[in-house]
Amino acid sequence: MGRIRTIARRTFLIGSAAIVGGVAFGTYMARRQLPNPLEDGLADGEATFNPWVLIDSEKITLITPHGDLGQGVMSSQAALIAEEMDLEFGQFETSFGRPDQAYWNHAFADEGVPFKATDDGFVAESMRSVVRGLNKLMSLQGTGGSTSMADSFVKLREAGAVARETLKLAASQVSGVPIEELTTAAGAVQLPDGTSIPYTKLASAAAAVEPVQDVTLRDPGTWRLIGKPMDRLDVVGKSTGTLDYGIDVALDGMVYAAVRMNPRKGGTLESYDATTARTMRGVSDVMEITGGVAVVADNSWRAMRAAEELDIVWGAAPYPAEQDAHWAALSDSFGEDQLDSMWRDDGDVTAALEGAEQVSAEYRSPYVAHAPLEPLNAIIKVTDDAVEVWTGHQMPIMLQQVVAGITGHDADQVIFHNQFMGGSFGHRLEFEHLKQTAEIANQMRGTPVKLTYSREEDFAQEFTRHIAMGRCRGTVANGQITAIDVNIAAPSVLSSQMGRIGISVPGPDMQIAAGAWNNPYKIENFRMCAFRAAELAPVSSWRAVGAPCAGFIFDTFMDELCHAAGADPLEERLRLMDHDPSRKVLEAVAEMSDWGSDLGPNRARGVAFVESFGVPTAEVAQIAMTDRGILIEKMFVACDVGTVIDPVNFENLVQGGVIYGLGHAINCEVTYSDGMIEQSNFHVHDGMRMYQCPEIIVRGLENQDKVRGIGEPPTPPAAPALGNAIFAMTGQRLREMPFNKFVDFV
Amino acid sequence: MKLTVNGTEREVDVEDDMPLLWVLRDELGLTGTKFGCGIAQCGACTVHMDGLAVRSCQVAAATADGADITTIEGLGTPEAMHAVQEAWVAHQVAQCGYCQSGQIMQAASLLDLNPNPSDEDIDIVMSGNLCRCGTYPRIRAAVKTAAQKLQEA
Repeated sequence: MGRIRTIARRTFLIGSAAIVGGVAFGTYMARRQLPNPLEDGLADGEATFNPWVLIDSEKITLITPHGDLGQGVMSSQAALIAEEMDLEFGQFETSFGRPDQAYWNHAFADEGVPFKATDDGFVAESMRSVVRGLNKLMSLQGTGGSTSMADSFVKLREAGAVARETLKLAASQVSGVPIEELTTAAGAVQLPDGTSIPYTKLASAAAAVEPVQDVTLRDPGTWRLIGKPMDRLDVVGKSTGTLDYGIDVALDGMVYAAVRMNPRKGGTLESYDATTARTMRGVSDVMEITGGVAVVADNSWRAMRAAEELDIVWGAAPYPAEQDAHWAALSDSFGEDQLDSMWRDDGDVTAALEGAEQVSAEYRSPYVAHAPLEPLNAIIKVTDDAVEVWTGHQMPIMLQQVVAGITGHDADQVIFHNQFMGGSFGHRLEFEHLKQTAEIANQMRGTPVKLTYSREEDFAQEFTRHIAMGRCRGTVANGQITAIDVNIAAPSVLSSQMGRIGISVPGPDMQIAAGAWNNPYKIENFRMCAFRAAELAPVSSWRAVGAPCAGFIFDTFMDELCHAAGADPLEERLRLMDHDPSRKVLEAVAEMSDWGSDLGPNRARGVAFVESFGVPTAEVAQIAMTDRGILIEKMFVACDVGTVIDPVNFENLVQGGVIYGLGHAINCEVTYSDGMIEQSNFHVHDGMRMYQCPEIIVRGLENQDKVRGIGEPPTPPAAPALGNAIFAMTGQRLREMPFNKFVDFV
Repeated sequence: MKLTVNGTEREVDVEDDMPLLWVLRDELGLTGTKFGCGIAQCGACTVHMDGLAVRSCQVAAATADGADITTIEGLGTPEAMHAVQEAWVAHQVAQCGYCQSGQIMQAASLLDLNPNPSDEDIDIVMSGNLCRCGTYPRIRAAVKTAAQKLQEA
């Protein structure tokens, strides 16, 4: 941890005067070619041309270092390499690889600079280039922020092309045929006489030549895989129960652990009585760990059941004990001294509002849980000279550093075997369960320890989505929106999340008003301020981070102003839209939903637009009033990711993102009482079930130059689209989630 | 206790109240059946007991004594998939996939009892199985495809 902290402190000063020295050093270090981790332990006859391709005489292995949390990115990464290598699905294996600086994430930079993701001007691009260099230095290998495809799209195709050209060079040497006369297809180099040499047969020859680095990427018009429907490589395994997740891994001699951690997160363990637990069948040990107690047994259920029998006295929470106090803290955060950033200040909002008839509204977005279906778990085995970790995680190199910090090893002695994840939505960016497993395993060196959270523990220890409050004012005239003043207060997710691993991040937190400040509207008088509330309960990045909160606030207020102006909500958004790809997604949902046509009585539509992670996304909700409550009939979605890699997976992820957004908007909140989360399981926080699920019609547009990810952007517009439709149908404006506190759904 | 799992008789020495889920996962190493909630709210642990879909986290070992259990591993294999599994692959249902063992076991049971379910039947029966990724549109389509295929068979 020492090293990363030092670098982080130094390099994160780029916003200040320290930038000059930092960049000069950073650029030099960042441009240096990174060693290929596959070269370590390379056997005789094995060839590797870059960190993503490994070939021996038996098989081809493609390294897909971005973690797979369900978004199918293992397949998508492999497809990018396979496209250029002329490999078919089925001709290669994949591996998540090992943590390595070579796999640093280029695309995190796009979310790390205070420019709109859709801004590709010189200043924004220069800053991104600087931050990319720093990310590389910091070894920011990671999965998140919908960056996997943005990071991989060029890099992995280049890796495939380098492998292809190097294999052709090797084939030329073996066959004596000039390289210009060679082609590749189906995992083999094709000779002019019609014969072919499989890549595997060229492995040892290729290992002896210097990789060809000067390569040309294939013309998109010739793509065989990209843009075509794919069969994801993990789907058969996931449909037959044969694919192992982290929770399924079993090792010889493994013991099973359960924990009870202070549900007042960050509070102390005052005392505990383990008398009953120790006598229970299968229990071999009960031990104190930082902030809680662990039970070790010979079966997961026995460990969990014994943990329930622990009698524990917990210390107080380091944040307000009751939910009301959390909202009060936000309400008190709109002062000048807590201004985090003024993101927009166009025209003269103060003058426009002065003396004018104003529309004003206050909004609330609650805490919600990530709650992926696979509970948190990890296996760790500690020996004197190594630590092995089996779990699914989004930040491999940070994981090594965190675990090493517990066991006292060097970070590079931590061998991490990344696993398929049963969902994440941001949950597997966190390290607490790993610290706990490492503490237990360190007390019983030589024995692999598997920690599995009960669902109740998983909820109790949630680092939820942050809460947010919005206060908005605006004016309308002559059927148009003329002024908007948006103020959003929230605690800083970045500060809470990075603080847990000892990193302090100075500067404004772009996520407080994400989904709002970066909107592409041009409004005559437009002010947008983000206020940083004091740290409350610990929070973490939840699918789309700030945009599900601030996007709900901003887009709902836009809708209120449209109605106040007497304007059509979609037409007025289009009138104000100042970004061509964004305008096109709005036009697309208008057409898809037949916007403006008569739906008859007791039916209505609502539209919303939110841009997050560089993906403009428009959604129209079509709803009906029934005698059983509000029925969400259809959702129409149009979004622009530049290039759709796999249209099947794309549609699935968009539908899932919409369902995640809708389900939490109508059904879910996390609240605190006595310092503890009140919701303990899916009976009170499930998201959406099939009976509430609408038909979801999806269109992917490709009018942007940059390639973007689709994991998160469909989630934020779902809540405002639905709320806006409910207003259109009932006249009732919903300014707080979850909506089921105010209206009934089917 | 003795039970038959996927056609093989197995014997385990466990407490009467150990849930079948943990007998399968930790005692027999059959990890295709998933732990999600422990209180019958998610359906990830769904298996067939004497031909009926049950939440294995709610079935005590003593209750399962002598029963005939089918898990996802016994429904079909990658080389010889059940019609429901084939439909799941054809529609590319899975995202994270963690709930899909339970979804598939529930759907197979539904089609066993009701070979031609209506849209409403599907929604009602499958709503006990939670998918946090939101694959419901594809599950609906896959159940219909599987129903058609099973009826043609």
